[in-house]
Amino acid sequence: MSTRRDAVAAPVREITFAQAVREALAEEMRRDPTVFVMGEDVAEAGTPFKVLSGLVEEFGRERVIDTPISEAGFVGIAVGAAMTGLRPVVDIMFGDFLALAMDQIANQAAKVHYMSGGKLTVPLVIRTTMGALRRSAAQHSQSLHAWVSHIPGLKVALPSTPYDAKGLLKTAIRDPNPVVVFEDKMMYQVRDAVPAEEYTIPFGAADVKRVGRDITLVATSSMVQVALQAAAQLAEEGISAEVVDPRTTVPLDAATIIASVRKTSRAIVIDEGYRSYGVTAEIAALIAEGAFDHLDAPVRRLGAMDVPVPFSPVLEDRTVPTPEQVAAAARELCGVA
Amino acid sequence: MLRIRLFEERVNSLYRSGKMEGLAHLYIGEEAVAVGVCQALREDDYITSTHRGHGHCLAKGASPARMFAELLGRVDGYCRGKGGSMHIADQERGNLGANAIVGGSSGIATGAAFSAQRRGSGQVAVCFFGEGALGQGILYEVMNIAALWRLPVIYVCENNLYTEYTPVRETTAGSMRARPEAFGIPTEEVDGQDVRAVFAAAARAVARARAGEGPSFLLCHTYRFHGHHVGDVNREYYRSKEEEELWRTSRDPLRLLAGWLLETGQARAADFERLEAEIRAEVMAAEQTALAAPFPDPSEVTRHVYA
Repeated sequence: MSTRRDAVAAPVREITFAQAVREALAEEMRRDPTVFVMGEDVAEAGTPFKVLSGLVEEFGRERVIDTPISEAGFVGIAVGAAMTGLRPVVDIMFGDFLALAMDQIANQAAKVHYMSGGKLTVPLVIRTTMGALRRSAAQHSQSLHAWVSHIPGLKVALPSTPYDAKGLLKTAIRDPNPVVVFEDKMMYQVRDAVPAEEYTIPFGAADVKRVGRDITLVATSSMVQVALQAAAQLAEEGISAEVVDPRTTVPLDAATIIASVRKTSRAIVIDEGYRSYGVTAEIAALIAEGAFDHLDAPVRRLGAMDVPVPFSPVLEDRTVPTPEQVAAAARELCGVA
Repeated sequence: MLRIRLFEERVNSLYRSGKMEGLAHLYIGEEAVAVGVCQALREDDYITSTHRGHGHCLAKGASPARMFAELLGRVDGYCRGKGGSMHIADQERGNLGANAIVGGSSGIATGAAFSAQRRGSGQVAVCFFGEGALGQGILYEVMNIAALWRLPVIYVCENNLYTEYTPVRETTAGSMRARPEAFGIPTEEVDGQDVRAVFAAAARAVARARAGEGPSFLLCHTYRFHGHHVGDVNREYYRSKEEEELWRTSRDPLRLLAGWLLETGQARAADFERLEAEIRAEVMAAEQTALAAPFPDPSEVTRHVYA
């Protein structure tokens, strides 16, 4: 199933990705008094990225709660709160810090519903960041969505536009399951059309961000822009690339991806997680299983290099897929290299 | 206490005869802690339990038949056979689940206390854990937050002297009480074999929590009569038979309570015999019910991954 952005009433208003996140939270907090926000420096500071600025003014410190620097502790508390009638939205400043809370995420939140035979539920949202290129070095730059996508019981969303950021976060908050939402920190100031009217985006519905016929570029989060830039470049050369954004890795809309590849016969998967054992491998395997007979070339994968993200700009820039690399791979697969 | 003791004796027998699979960590010897603490709670108060959790579940009012069914992997079990011995949850009685990660439930218990405070429900949450959890960082993270936010949570440390197969002196430096005290959390230390002492201390902690005075820490000294789990039979390499015998003969919480009841004239020997016969019959009937219960349909395997 594919949902198209232009299926929604024509938006006229442009806001940033950060504003879209804030609006989603504010709307859901107004709608449901059990929703609250918790994390490090979320209240008056509004997070270091200022994504939550202004929320505490409207909702107060009772519902926008600063915590100590204790990821395992406050994620654990959020799990318990979610099991007993509240809907916490936890902010983990950098995705790298998921590691500190991983037992609470992978062994507790993800498993409570199943282990209890469906008795207990954990309507918890964890918002965190991903993405390199801020010169933040190895412990503040990783894209670790494959880690959580690997664990049954968790849902994982990766918005690539302000529109998706708002709609997916609202869906996450209403979901009865634990959801991890990854926001690329390089996108917070990106501005785009977001309707003022209420909307949500269903999970498991990929979005075809650009229609094409010669090659499918499956791209997530910040890599959607990279794929779109590559597609624009390729269009000038006569190659028509389709860009498919899964939007959620769990659940994953395999049908839309496979349908696209069956149409185009070629595919490149682009994701900012480490290439090895990552999301690109999963999607490439899925394409091989679902569209093998339609493929005119092997599926290619472009991910972050398998190195700790370095500080030096000269080095860091090399670690993340670029539009040029995507375009070059596409030319190769289309036999025009 | 007697129900826990007799239930677990049957669990031991079922495992050793091969009728139960997986792992079973017996609570025999520690019954006074679960009973003393849960006796101080309302039905809607929360508890979180440990991998050695049968006693906590029963003390919070769980049905032995549904517990046996869970231990036997039957669909009538508390978790439809998906949790087993180490994950029994009983939401109707506030039991948020036994947890097989040592210290892993301390976040959940503290979160339940946070939720109770937010909702103004007057509920409290009890976090049971063994002394082994004192080595886990999350416990200190949540105690810090619970103290800062004055959450109605009671941390109940069951010091049974052995962290799996390693004596406490090799796992736990310094003072156990000094840990929570560093956060400004009031502590109490009790003889965990004396159910009356445990109850009195728990009641004080619960009263504090309900009055909005924040968390407490209760250190209960106790002893597991059996091994770390039912398969831990040859254990002389970490503790002596003499030590075990001493605890069994002179520190059994059931005998200690019975002795006090006899001495104070509140019960006669015949009362204990009648009670034991009654509870034994109840436990045996529960076991038979569970053994007769069906296994889950295999299609159940994919249910409840997501709500």
